[in-house]
Amino acid sequence: MPAVEISGLVKNYGPVAAVAGLSLRAGRGQVTAILGPNGAGKTTTIEICEGYRRPDAGTVRVLGLDPARDARALRPRVGVMLQAGGIPTTVRPGEYLRVLARFYAHPIDPAALVDRLGLGESARTPFRRLSGGQQQRLALAAALIGRPELVFLDEPTAGLDPQARRATWELIESLRASGATVILTTHYLEEAERLADRVVIVDRGSLVAEGSPADLTGGHGQLRFRAEPGLDTAGLLAALPPGCVVKESPAGQYLIEPPGGVDPQVLATVTTWCAEQGILAQSLRIESRNLEDVFLELTGRELRS
Amino acid sequence: MTGWPAPAPGAAPLPAMIRAQARLELRTLARNGEQLLLTVIIPVLLLVVFSAEALISTGPGPRIDFIAPGILALAVISTSFTSLAIGTAFERRYGVLKRLGATPLPRAGLIAAKALTVLAVEAGQAALIIVVGLLLGWHPALSPAGIGAVLAALVLGSAAFSGLAMLMAGTMRAEATLAAANLVYLVLLGIGGVIFPLSKFPAGVRPVLRLLPSGALSDAFRSVLRYGAGLPARDLLVLTAWAVAGIALAARTFRWE
Repeated sequence: MPAVEISGLVKNYGPVAAVAGLSLRAGRGQVTAILGPNGAGKTTTIEICEGYRRPDAGTVRVLGLDPARDARALRPRVGVMLQAGGIPTTVRPGEYLRVLARFYAHPIDPAALVDRLGLGESARTPFRRLSGGQQQRLALAAALIGRPELVFLDEPTAGLDPQARRATWELIESLRASGATVILTTHYLEEAERLADRVVIVDRGSLVAEGSPADLTGGHGQLRFRAEPGLDTAGLLAALPPGCVVKESPAGQYLIEPPGGVDPQVLATVTTWCAEQGILAQSLRIESRNLEDVFLELTGRELRS
Repeated sequence: MTGWPAPAPGAAPLPAMIRAQARLELRTLARNGEQLLLTVIIPVLLLVVFSAEALISTGPGPRIDFIAPGILALAVISTSFTSLAIGTAFERRYGVLKRLGATPLPRAGLIAAKALTVLAVEAGQAALIIVVGLLLGWHPALSPAGIGAVLAALVLGSAAFSGLAMLMAGTMRAEATLAAANLVYLVLLGIGGVIFPLSKFPAGVRPVLRLLPSGALSDAFRSVLRYGAGLPARDLLVLTAWAVAGIALAARTFRWE
Protein backbone atom coordinates (compact mmCIF):
# COMPACT_ATOMS: atom_id res chain seq x y z
CA MET A 1 0.00 0.00 0.00
CA PRO A 2 1.46 3.38 -0.97
CA ALA A 3 1.62 6.15 1.66
CA VAL A 4 -0.51 8.41 -0.50
CA GLU A 5 -2.63 7.44 -3.46
CA ILE A 6 -4.56 10.06 -5.38
CA SER A 7 -6.69 9.30 -8.39
CA GLY A 8 -8.70 11.63 -10.56
CA LEU A 9 -8.60 14.41 -7.97
CA VAL A 10 -10.61 17.53 -8.85
CA LYS A 11 -10.94 20.65 -6.73
CA ASN A 12 -12.57 23.84 -7.96
CA TYR A 13 -12.57 27.25 -6.35
CA GLY A 14 -15.57 28.86 -7.96
CA PRO A 15 -14.95 28.76 -11.70
CA VAL A 16 -11.22 28.08 -11.25
CA ALA A 17 -10.02 24.47 -11.31
CA ALA A 18 -7.17 24.33 -8.77
CA VAL A 19 -6.74 20.60 -9.32
CA ALA A 20 -8.01 19.06 -12.54
CA GLY A 21 -7.93 15.28 -12.50
CA LEU A 22 -4.63 14.67 -10.74
CA SER A 23 -3.46 11.13 -10.06
CA LEU A 24 -0.30 10.20 -8.22
CA ARG A 25 1.21 7.73 -5.78
CA ALA A 26 3.84 8.28 -3.12
CA GLY A 27 5.68 5.22 -1.87
CA ARG A 28 6.26 4.46 1.80
CA GLY A 29 9.65 5.32 3.19
CA GLN A 30 10.37 7.55 0.22
CA VAL A 31 10.73 11.26 -0.32
CA THR A 32 8.29 12.46 -2.96
CA ALA A 33 8.65 16.01 -4.27
CA ILE A 34 5.69 17.74 -5.86
CA LEU A 35 7.09 20.31 -8.21
CA GLY A 36 5.22 22.93 -10.17
CA PRO A 37 4.90 26.63 -10.93
CA ASN A 38 2.84 28.94 -8.74
CA GLY A 39 -0.84 28.10 -8.95
CA ALA A 40 -0.19 24.56 -10.17
CA GLY A 41 -2.36 23.12 -7.40
CA LYS A 42 0.41 21.83 -5.14
CA THR A 43 -0.86 23.33 -1.88
CA THR A 44 -4.47 22.45 -2.64
CA THR A 45 -3.45 18.84 -3.28
CA ILE A 46 -1.43 18.66 -0.05
CA GLU A 47 -4.20 20.28 1.98
CA ILE A 48 -6.69 17.74 0.68
CA CYS A 49 -4.30 14.99 1.81
CA GLU A 50 -4.08 16.72 5.21
CA GLY A 51 -7.85 16.68 5.52
CA TYR A 52 -8.30 20.47 5.34
CA ARG A 53 -10.33 20.44 2.14
CA ARG A 54 -12.64 17.98 0.54
CA PRO A 55 -12.20 16.96 -3.09
CA ASP A 56 -14.95 17.79 -5.58
CA ALA A 57 -14.21 14.51 -7.36
CA GLY A 58 -11.71 11.67 -7.25
CA THR A 59 -10.33 9.70 -4.36
CA VAL A 60 -7.51 10.34 -1.95
CA ARG A 61 -6.08 7.69 0.36
CA VAL A 62 -3.51 8.57 2.98
CA LEU A 63 -1.99 5.54 4.74
CA GLY A 64 -4.95 3.69 3.29
CA LEU A 65 -7.48 6.01 4.97
CA ASP A 66 -9.78 8.79 3.80
CA PRO A 67 -8.25 12.04 5.09
CA ALA A 68 -11.63 13.74 5.55
CA ARG A 69 -13.54 10.86 7.10
CA ASP A 70 -10.71 9.27 9.08
CA ALA A 71 -9.10 12.51 10.22
CA ARG A 72 -9.05 11.47 13.84
CA ALA A 73 -7.15 8.27 13.15
CA LEU A 74 -4.72 10.01 10.81
CA ARG A 75 -3.81 13.08 12.86
CA PRO A 76 -1.40 11.34 15.28
CA ARG A 77 0.29 9.55 12.37
CA VAL A 78 0.77 12.52 10.04
CA GLY A 79 3.04 15.54 10.57
CA VAL A 80 2.10 18.80 8.91
CA MET A 81 4.11 21.89 8.04
CA LEU A 82 1.91 24.57 6.51
CA GLN A 83 3.26 26.92 3.88
CA ALA A 84 2.84 29.84 6.28
CA GLY A 85 1.49 30.67 9.68
CA GLY A 86 0.03 28.38 12.28
CA ILE A 87 2.15 29.37 15.25
CA PRO A 88 0.92 31.90 17.86
CA THR A 89 2.87 35.15 17.59
CA THR A 90 3.80 35.41 21.27
CA VAL A 91 4.74 31.79 21.92
CA ARG A 92 8.37 30.81 22.59
CA PRO A 93 9.87 27.95 20.56
CA GLY A 94 10.76 25.82 23.60
CA GLU A 95 7.37 26.34 25.20
CA TYR A 96 5.50 25.66 21.95
CA LEU A 97 7.29 22.38 21.35
CA ARG A 98 6.73 21.28 24.96
CA VAL A 99 2.98 21.88 24.55
CA LEU A 100 2.86 20.01 21.23
CA ALA A 101 4.87 17.15 22.73
CA ARG A 102 2.02 16.62 25.21
CA PHE A 103 -0.34 15.89 22.33
CA TYR A 104 1.58 12.75 21.34
CA ALA A 105 2.24 9.39 22.92
CA HIS A 106 5.98 9.10 22.12
CA PRO A 107 7.22 12.57 21.22
CA ILE A 108 10.78 13.57 20.49
CA ASP A 109 12.29 15.31 23.53
CA PRO A 110 11.53 19.01 22.88
CA ALA A 111 14.88 20.16 24.28
CA ALA A 112 16.78 17.80 21.96
CA LEU A 113 14.68 18.92 19.01
CA VAL A 114 15.34 22.59 19.80
CA ASP A 115 19.08 21.89 19.79
CA ARG A 116 18.99 19.75 16.68
CA LEU A 117 17.29 22.53 14.74
CA GLY A 118 19.65 25.18 16.02
CA LEU A 119 16.93 27.01 17.96
CA GLY A 120 18.68 26.70 21.32
CA GLU A 121 19.75 30.36 21.44
CA SER A 122 16.24 31.56 20.68
CA ALA A 123 14.25 28.98 22.65
CA ARG A 124 12.82 31.82 24.77
CA THR A 125 12.30 34.41 22.02
CA PRO A 126 8.67 35.14 21.06
CA PHE A 127 7.77 33.69 17.67
CA ARG A 128 7.18 37.04 16.00
CA ARG A 129 10.74 38.15 16.82
CA LEU A 130 12.39 35.06 15.30
CA SER A 131 14.03 35.39 11.88
CA GLY A 132 12.19 33.93 8.91
CA GLY A 133 14.54 30.97 8.90
CA GLN A 134 14.00 30.29 12.60
CA GLN A 135 10.24 30.48 12.13
CA GLN A 136 10.47 27.96 9.28
CA ARG A 137 12.59 25.61 11.41
CA LEU A 138 10.15 25.83 14.30
CA ALA A 139 7.28 24.96 11.96
CA LEU A 140 9.31 22.00 10.73
CA ALA A 141 10.06 20.91 14.31
CA ALA A 142 6.35 21.11 15.10
CA ALA A 143 5.62 18.77 12.19
CA LEU A 144 8.13 16.22 13.44
CA ILE A 145 7.78 16.25 17.23
CA GLY A 146 5.08 13.56 17.31
CA ARG A 147 7.30 11.08 15.40
CA PRO A 148 4.84 10.76 12.51
CA GLU A 149 5.17 8.02 9.92
CA LEU A 150 4.17 10.44 7.15
CA VAL A 151 5.14 14.10 6.90
CA PHE A 152 3.72 16.75 4.58
CA LEU A 153 6.04 19.72 4.12
CA ASP A 154 4.65 22.58 2.06
CA GLU A 155 7.66 24.51 0.76
CA PRO A 156 9.88 23.70 3.75
CA THR A 157 12.84 25.78 2.56
CA ALA A 158 11.07 28.76 0.98
CA GLY A 159 12.93 31.92 1.92
CA LEU A 160 15.80 30.16 3.72
CA ASP A 161 19.42 31.15 3.23
CA PRO A 162 21.73 28.53 1.67
CA GLN A 163 23.08 27.28 5.03
CA ALA A 164 19.63 26.87 6.52
CA ARG A 165 18.39 25.20 3.35
CA ARG A 166 21.25 22.72 3.46
CA ALA A 167 20.57 21.99 7.15
CA THR A 168 16.92 21.32 6.35
CA TRP A 169 17.91 19.02 3.49
CA GLU A 170 20.16 17.03 5.83
CA LEU A 171 17.35 16.77 8.31
CA ILE A 172 14.92 15.51 5.67
CA GLU A 173 17.54 12.97 4.61
CA SER A 174 17.92 11.66 8.14
CA LEU A 175 14.15 11.63 8.53
CA ARG A 176 13.95 9.43 5.43
CA ALA A 177 16.71 7.22 6.80
CA SER A 178 14.65 6.73 9.97
CA GLY A 179 11.89 5.16 7.88
CA ALA A 180 9.45 8.05 7.63
CA THR A 181 7.67 8.96 4.42
CA VAL A 182 8.07 12.56 3.29
CA ILE A 183 5.97 14.47 0.79
CA LEU A 184 7.14 17.97 0.05
CA THR A 185 6.31 20.70 -2.37
CA THR A 186 9.02 22.93 -3.70
CA HIS A 187 9.92 25.50 -6.31
CA TYR A 188 13.58 24.61 -6.03
CA LEU A 189 14.60 22.11 -8.62
CA GLU A 190 17.91 21.33 -6.99
CA GLU A 191 15.98 20.51 -3.84
CA ALA A 192 13.85 17.96 -5.65
CA GLU A 193 16.89 16.62 -7.48
CA ARG A 194 18.85 16.16 -4.27
CA LEU A 195 16.15 14.89 -1.91
CA ALA A 196 13.48 13.13 -3.85
CA ASP A 197 13.25 9.46 -4.68
CA ARG A 198 10.37 10.41 -6.87
CA VAL A 199 9.48 13.72 -8.46
CA VAL A 200 5.97 14.60 -9.53
CA ILE A 201 5.64 17.62 -11.81
CA VAL A 202 2.22 19.23 -11.83
CA ASP A 203 0.99 22.14 -13.87
CA ARG A 204 -2.46 23.72 -14.05
CA GLY A 205 -3.80 21.10 -11.69
CA SER A 206 -2.70 18.00 -13.55
CA LEU A 207 0.26 15.70 -13.66
CA VAL A 208 2.72 16.43 -16.43
CA ALA A 209 5.52 14.04 -15.51
CA GLU A 210 6.66 11.74 -12.75
CA GLY A 211 9.58 9.52 -12.03
CA SER A 212 12.94 9.51 -10.28
CA PRO A 213 15.11 12.56 -10.97
CA ALA A 214 17.28 10.30 -13.18
CA ASP A 215 14.24 9.07 -15.15
CA LEU A 216 13.05 12.59 -15.71
CA THR A 217 16.35 14.02 -16.79
CA GLY A 218 16.89 11.04 -19.07
CA GLY A 219 20.58 10.35 -18.44
CA HIS A 220 22.83 11.76 -21.20
CA GLY A 221 20.42 13.81 -23.16
CA GLN A 222 22.01 15.79 -25.95
CA LEU A 223 25.11 16.54 -27.94
CA ARG A 224 26.28 20.07 -28.64
CA PHE A 225 29.11 21.54 -30.71
CA ARG A 226 30.19 24.81 -32.18
CA ALA A 227 31.09 25.32 -35.86
CA GLU A 228 30.66 27.89 -38.62
CA PRO A 229 27.06 29.08 -38.95
CA GLY A 230 24.68 27.94 -41.63
CA LEU A 231 25.86 24.33 -42.21
CA ASP A 232 23.55 22.12 -44.21
CA THR A 233 22.77 19.39 -41.69
CA ALA A 234 20.39 17.35 -43.88
CA GLY A 235 23.09 14.72 -44.46
CA LEU A 236 23.77 14.44 -40.73
CA LEU A 237 20.10 14.02 -39.98
CA ALA A 238 19.86 11.27 -42.59
CA ALA A 239 22.83 9.43 -41.05
CA LEU A 240 21.47 9.59 -37.49
CA PRO A 241 18.93 7.10 -36.13
CA PRO A 242 15.30 7.99 -36.83
CA GLY A 243 13.65 10.43 -34.43
CA CYS A 244 16.74 12.55 -33.87
CA VAL A 245 16.42 16.31 -33.87
CA VAL A 246 19.22 18.51 -35.20
CA LYS A 247 18.99 22.22 -34.47
CA GLU A 248 21.16 25.25 -35.01
CA SER A 249 20.37 27.57 -32.19
CA PRO A 250 21.78 30.16 -31.83
CA ALA A 251 23.75 30.55 -35.06
CA GLY A 252 26.90 28.42 -34.97
CA GLN A 253 25.67 26.27 -32.08
CA TYR A 254 24.52 22.84 -33.13
CA LEU A 255 22.39 20.64 -30.96
CA ILE A 256 21.60 16.97 -31.56
CA GLU A 257 18.81 15.41 -29.50
CA PRO A 258 18.52 11.65 -30.01
CA PRO A 259 15.27 10.20 -28.59
CA GLY A 260 17.11 7.57 -26.50
CA GLY A 261 19.91 9.82 -25.35
CA VAL A 262 23.43 10.07 -26.68
CA ASP A 263 25.17 6.72 -27.14
CA PRO A 264 28.61 5.94 -28.61
CA GLN A 265 27.04 5.23 -31.99
CA VAL A 266 25.45 8.69 -32.16
CA LEU A 267 28.73 10.30 -31.18
CA ALA A 268 30.59 8.35 -33.90
CA THR A 269 28.01 9.28 -36.52
CA VAL A 270 28.34 12.98 -35.72
CA THR A 271 32.14 13.01 -35.73
CA THR A 272 32.27 10.94 -38.93
CA TRP A 273 29.93 13.36 -40.67
CA CYS A 274 32.05 16.29 -39.47
CA ALA A 275 35.21 14.60 -40.80
CA GLU A 276 33.58 13.96 -44.19
CA GLN A 277 32.47 17.59 -44.42
CA GLY A 278 35.80 18.92 -43.24
CA ILE A 279 34.21 20.52 -40.20
CA LEU A 280 36.19 20.98 -37.03
CA ALA A 281 33.56 20.61 -34.31
CA GLN A 282 34.58 22.79 -31.40
CA SER A 283 33.46 22.50 -27.75
CA LEU A 284 31.86 19.18 -28.57
CA ARG A 285 30.13 17.93 -25.45
CA ILE A 286 27.49 15.57 -24.20
CA GLU A 287 25.05 17.35 -21.93
CA SER A 288 22.67 15.77 -19.51
CA ARG A 289 19.48 17.69 -19.00
CA ASN A 290 18.86 18.80 -15.49
CA LEU A 291 15.52 18.92 -13.80
CA GLU A 292 15.24 22.59 -14.62
CA ASP A 293 15.38 21.88 -18.36
CA VAL A 294 12.71 19.21 -17.96
CA PHE A 295 10.59 21.46 -15.81
CA LEU A 296 10.75 24.42 -18.18
CA GLU A 297 10.16 22.18 -21.16
CA LEU A 298 7.04 20.74 -19.54
CA THR A 299 5.59 23.82 -17.92
CA GLY A 300 6.67 26.45 -20.42
CA ARG A 301 9.05 29.34 -20.11
CA GLU A 302 6.61 32.20 -19.96
CA LEU A 303 6.15 33.98 -16.66
CA ARG A 304 3.02 33.16 -14.74
CA SER A 305 1.26 35.78 -12.77
CA MET B 1 20.42 13.37 19.21
CA THR B 2 22.31 11.27 16.68
CA GLY B 3 20.29 9.82 13.83
CA TRP B 4 16.66 10.64 13.61
CA PRO B 5 14.33 8.64 15.89
CA ALA B 6 12.22 6.12 14.01
CA PRO B 7 8.52 6.91 13.59
CA ALA B 8 6.43 6.09 16.66
CA PRO B 9 3.09 7.79 16.11
CA GLY B 10 0.35 7.96 18.71
CA ALA B 11 -1.89 10.45 20.46
CA ALA B 12 -1.64 11.39 24.13
CA PRO B 13 -4.70 10.88 26.37
CA LEU B 14 -7.29 13.62 25.82
CA PRO B 15 -7.13 15.16 29.33
CA ALA B 16 -3.36 15.61 29.02
CA MET B 17 -3.81 17.38 25.67
CA ILE B 18 -6.50 19.67 27.08
CA ARG B 19 -4.39 20.55 30.12
CA ALA B 20 -1.37 21.39 27.97
CA GLN B 21 -3.43 23.56 25.61
CA ALA B 22 -5.22 25.35 28.47
CA ARG B 23 -1.89 26.14 30.14
CA LEU B 24 -0.59 27.61 26.89
CA GLU B 25 -3.74 29.72 26.49
CA LEU B 26 -3.37 31.03 30.04
CA ARG B 27 0.27 31.93 29.54
CA THR B 28 -0.58 33.64 26.25
CA LEU B 29 -3.24 35.73 27.98
CA ALA B 30 -0.96 36.66 30.85
CA ARG B 31 1.55 38.07 28.34
CA ASN B 32 -1.02 40.23 26.60
CA GLY B 33 -1.04 43.71 28.11
CA GLU B 34 -4.24 44.94 26.46
CA GLN B 35 -6.12 41.86 27.59
CA LEU B 36 -4.93 42.32 31.18
CA LEU B 37 -6.05 45.94 31.05
CA LEU B 38 -9.47 44.82 29.93
CA THR B 39 -9.91 41.89 32.27
CA VAL B 40 -8.16 43.05 35.44
CA ILE B 41 -7.31 46.72 35.58
CA ILE B 42 -10.52 48.28 34.23
CA PRO B 43 -12.90 46.22 36.43
CA VAL B 44 -10.89 46.88 39.59
CA LEU B 45 -10.53 50.56 38.74
CA LEU B 46 -14.27 50.92 38.16
CA LEU B 47 -14.95 49.09 41.40
CA VAL B 48 -12.79 51.51 43.37
CA VAL B 49 -13.96 54.68 41.62
CA PHE B 50 -17.68 54.01 41.58
CA SER B 51 -17.81 52.80 45.16
CA ALA B 52 -15.80 55.77 46.42
CA GLU B 53 -17.75 58.56 44.76
CA ALA B 54 -21.47 58.97 44.30
CA LEU B 55 -21.16 59.14 40.50
CA ILE B 56 -24.37 57.24 40.01
CA SER B 57 -27.42 56.74 42.14
CA THR B 58 -27.47 53.13 43.27
CA GLY B 59 -30.57 53.06 45.41
CA PRO B 60 -30.70 52.37 49.15
CA GLY B 61 -27.76 50.76 51.02
CA PRO B 62 -24.00 51.12 50.55
CA ARG B 63 -22.93 51.81 46.96
CA ILE B 64 -20.39 48.98 47.02
CA ASP B 65 -23.19 46.46 47.52
CA PHE B 66 -24.63 47.56 44.18
CA ILE B 67 -21.34 48.05 42.34
CA ALA B 68 -19.46 44.87 43.28
CA PRO B 69 -21.92 42.36 41.73
CA GLY B 70 -21.99 44.47 38.54
CA ILE B 71 -18.20 44.48 38.39
CA LEU B 72 -18.23 40.69 38.77
CA ALA B 73 -20.53 40.58 35.74
CA LEU B 74 -18.21 42.94 33.87
CA ALA B 75 -15.28 40.64 34.65
CA VAL B 76 -17.18 37.71 33.16
CA ILE B 77 -18.01 39.74 30.05
CA SER B 78 -14.41 40.91 29.61
CA THR B 79 -13.05 37.37 29.73
CA SER B 80 -15.72 35.18 28.18
CA PHE B 81 -16.65 37.68 25.50
CA THR B 82 -14.15 40.40 24.62
CA SER B 83 -10.92 38.62 25.41
CA LEU B 84 -12.06 35.27 24.00
CA ALA B 85 -13.40 36.84 20.80
CA ILE B 86 -10.25 38.85 20.11
CA GLY B 87 -7.86 36.02 20.99
CA THR B 88 -9.71 33.47 18.89
CA ALA B 89 -10.10 35.83 15.94
CA PHE B 90 -6.36 36.39 15.76
CA GLU B 91 -5.65 32.68 16.20
CA ARG B 92 -7.87 32.10 13.21
CA ARG B 93 -6.21 34.85 11.24
CA TYR B 94 -2.69 33.53 11.92
CA GLY B 95 -3.64 29.96 11.02
CA VAL B 96 -3.18 28.78 14.62
CA LEU B 97 -6.57 27.05 14.65
CA LYS B 98 -5.84 25.51 11.25
CA ARG B 99 -2.49 24.17 12.46
CA LEU B 100 -4.03 22.81 15.68
CA GLY B 101 -6.50 20.97 13.46
CA ALA B 102 -3.60 18.85 12.22
CA THR B 103 -2.59 17.76 15.73
CA PRO B 104 -4.27 14.97 17.68
CA LEU B 105 -6.09 17.58 19.81
CA PRO B 106 -9.71 17.28 18.64
CA ARG B 107 -11.84 20.40 18.17
CA ALA B 108 -13.92 19.49 21.20
CA GLY B 109 -10.65 19.29 23.15
CA LEU B 110 -9.65 22.76 21.98
CA ILE B 111 -13.04 24.13 23.01
CA ALA B 112 -12.71 22.42 26.40
CA ALA B 113 -9.26 23.99 26.83
CA LYS B 114 -10.66 27.42 26.00
CA ALA B 115 -13.57 26.92 28.41
CA LEU B 116 -11.17 25.88 31.18
CA THR B 117 -9.04 28.93 30.46
CA VAL B 118 -12.05 31.25 30.63
CA LEU B 119 -13.17 29.74 33.94
CA ALA B 120 -9.67 29.88 35.41
CA VAL B 121 -9.26 33.54 34.47
CA GLU B 122 -12.70 34.33 35.86
CA ALA B 123 -11.84 32.59 39.12
CA GLY B 124 -8.78 34.82 39.41
CA GLN B 125 -10.76 37.94 38.53
CA ALA B 126 -13.49 37.06 41.03
CA ALA B 127 -10.95 36.45 43.80
CA LEU B 128 -9.35 39.84 43.15
CA ILE B 129 -12.68 41.68 42.94
CA ILE B 130 -13.97 40.01 46.11
CA VAL B 131 -10.82 40.92 48.06
CA VAL B 132 -10.84 44.54 46.82
CA GLY B 133 -14.62 44.72 47.42
CA LEU B 134 -14.32 43.44 50.99
CA LEU B 135 -11.57 45.97 51.64
CA LEU B 136 -13.94 48.66 50.38
CA GLY B 137 -16.57 47.52 52.85
CA TRP B 138 -18.64 45.16 50.71
CA HIS B 139 -21.02 42.93 52.68
CA PRO B 140 -22.37 40.36 50.25
CA ALA B 141 -25.42 38.39 51.34
CA LEU B 142 -24.24 34.80 51.43
CA SER B 143 -26.00 31.47 51.76
CA PRO B 144 -25.14 28.02 50.39
CA ALA B 145 -28.04 28.26 47.94
CA GLY B 146 -26.91 31.76 46.98
CA ILE B 147 -23.37 30.58 46.24
CA GLY B 148 -24.79 27.83 44.07
CA ALA B 149 -26.94 30.35 42.22
CA VAL B 150 -23.98 32.69 41.69
CA LEU B 151 -21.86 29.84 40.31
CA ALA B 152 -24.71 28.76 38.04
CA ALA B 153 -25.08 32.33 36.75
CA LEU B 154 -21.33 32.57 36.24
CA VAL B 155 -21.17 29.36 34.22
CA LEU B 156 -24.32 30.10 32.19
CA GLY B 157 -23.25 33.70 31.62
CA SER B 158 -19.81 32.57 30.49
CA ALA B 159 -21.41 30.05 28.13
CA ALA B 160 -23.73 32.71 26.71
CA PHE B 161 -20.94 35.24 26.14
CA SER B 162 -18.48 32.61 24.87
CA GLY B 163 -21.00 31.51 22.25
CA LEU B 164 -21.36 35.12 21.09
CA ALA B 165 -17.59 35.56 21.14
CA MET B 166 -17.06 32.48 18.96
CA LEU B 167 -19.83 33.61 16.63
CA MET B 168 -17.94 36.85 16.07
CA ALA B 169 -14.44 35.36 15.93
CA GLY B 170 -15.48 32.58 13.56
CA THR B 171 -17.13 34.77 10.96
CA MET B 172 -15.56 38.24 11.07
CA ARG B 173 -12.08 39.45 10.17
CA ALA B 174 -9.70 39.71 13.13
CA GLU B 175 -9.50 43.52 13.01
CA ALA B 176 -13.27 43.80 12.82
CA THR B 177 -13.62 41.44 15.77
CA LEU B 178 -11.09 43.48 17.75
CA ALA B 179 -13.06 46.66 17.17
CA ALA B 180 -16.52 45.16 17.61
CA ALA B 181 -15.67 43.16 20.74
CA ASN B 182 -14.29 46.25 22.46
CA LEU B 183 -17.26 48.31 21.32
CA VAL B 184 -19.76 45.78 22.64
CA TYR B 185 -17.86 45.74 25.95
CA LEU B 186 -18.21 49.51 26.24
CA VAL B 187 -21.85 49.53 25.15
CA LEU B 188 -22.77 46.82 27.65
CA LEU B 189 -20.82 48.71 30.30
CA GLY B 190 -23.01 51.71 29.54
CA ILE B 191 -26.46 50.33 28.92
CA GLY B 192 -26.15 46.66 29.81
CA GLY B 193 -27.19 47.07 33.44
CA VAL B 194 -23.66 46.40 34.64
CA ILE B 195 -22.91 49.56 36.62
CA PHE B 196 -25.74 51.91 35.69
CA PRO B 197 -28.96 50.66 37.29
CA LEU B 198 -31.61 49.68 34.77
CA SER B 199 -34.12 51.63 36.84
CA LYS B 200 -32.51 54.80 35.44
CA PHE B 201 -33.49 53.89 31.89
CA PRO B 202 -36.89 54.75 30.36
CA ALA B 203 -39.57 52.24 31.33
CA GLY B 204 -40.07 51.29 27.67
CA VAL B 205 -36.56 49.92 27.14
CA ARG B 206 -36.06 48.33 30.56
CA PRO B 207 -37.61 44.94 29.68
CA VAL B 208 -35.42 44.77 26.57
CA LEU B 209 -32.27 45.62 28.53
CA ARG B 210 -33.13 42.94 31.09
CA LEU B 211 -33.18 40.42 28.27
CA LEU B 212 -29.58 41.24 27.36
CA PRO B 213 -27.16 38.65 28.74
CA SER B 214 -25.28 41.42 30.54
CA GLY B 215 -28.48 42.65 32.23
CA ALA B 216 -29.49 39.12 33.22
CA LEU B 217 -26.03 38.29 34.54
CA SER B 218 -25.70 41.50 36.59
CA ASP B 219 -29.23 41.10 37.85
CA ALA B 220 -28.60 37.51 38.90
CA PHE B 221 -25.42 38.43 40.80
CA ARG B 222 -27.09 41.46 42.34
CA SER B 223 -30.30 39.80 43.43
CA VAL B 224 -28.36 37.04 45.21
CA LEU B 225 -25.40 38.99 46.59
CA ARG B 226 -27.24 42.19 47.46
CA TYR B 227 -30.72 41.04 48.34
CA GLY B 228 -30.04 37.42 49.32
CA ALA B 229 -32.42 35.95 46.76
CA GLY B 230 -32.23 32.16 46.38
CA LEU B 231 -32.48 31.36 42.70
CA PRO B 232 -32.84 34.14 40.12
CA ALA B 233 -34.77 31.79 37.84
CA ARG B 234 -35.77 34.34 35.22
CA ASP B 235 -32.18 35.57 34.77
CA LEU B 236 -30.82 32.04 34.56
CA LEU B 237 -33.42 31.25 31.94
CA VAL B 238 -32.42 34.30 29.89
CA LEU B 239 -28.75 33.30 30.12
CA THR B 240 -29.56 29.71 29.14
CA ALA B 241 -31.47 30.92 26.09
CA TRP B 242 -28.53 33.13 25.01
CA ALA B 243 -26.08 30.27 25.63
CA VAL B 244 -28.07 27.78 23.56
CA ALA B 245 -28.71 30.23 20.72
CA GLY B 246 -25.16 31.64 20.65
CA ILE B 247 -23.39 28.30 20.79
CA ALA B 248 -25.69 26.72 18.21
CA LEU B 249 -25.20 29.63 15.82
CA ALA B 250 -21.44 29.70 16.40
CA ALA B 251 -21.21 25.96 15.77
CA ARG B 252 -23.03 26.37 12.46
CA THR B 253 -21.10 29.36 11.19
CA PHE B 254 -17.60 29.02 12.65
CA ARG B 255 -14.88 28.92 10.00
CA TRP B 256 -11.62 27.47 11.26
CA GLU B 257 -9.47 29.28 8.70
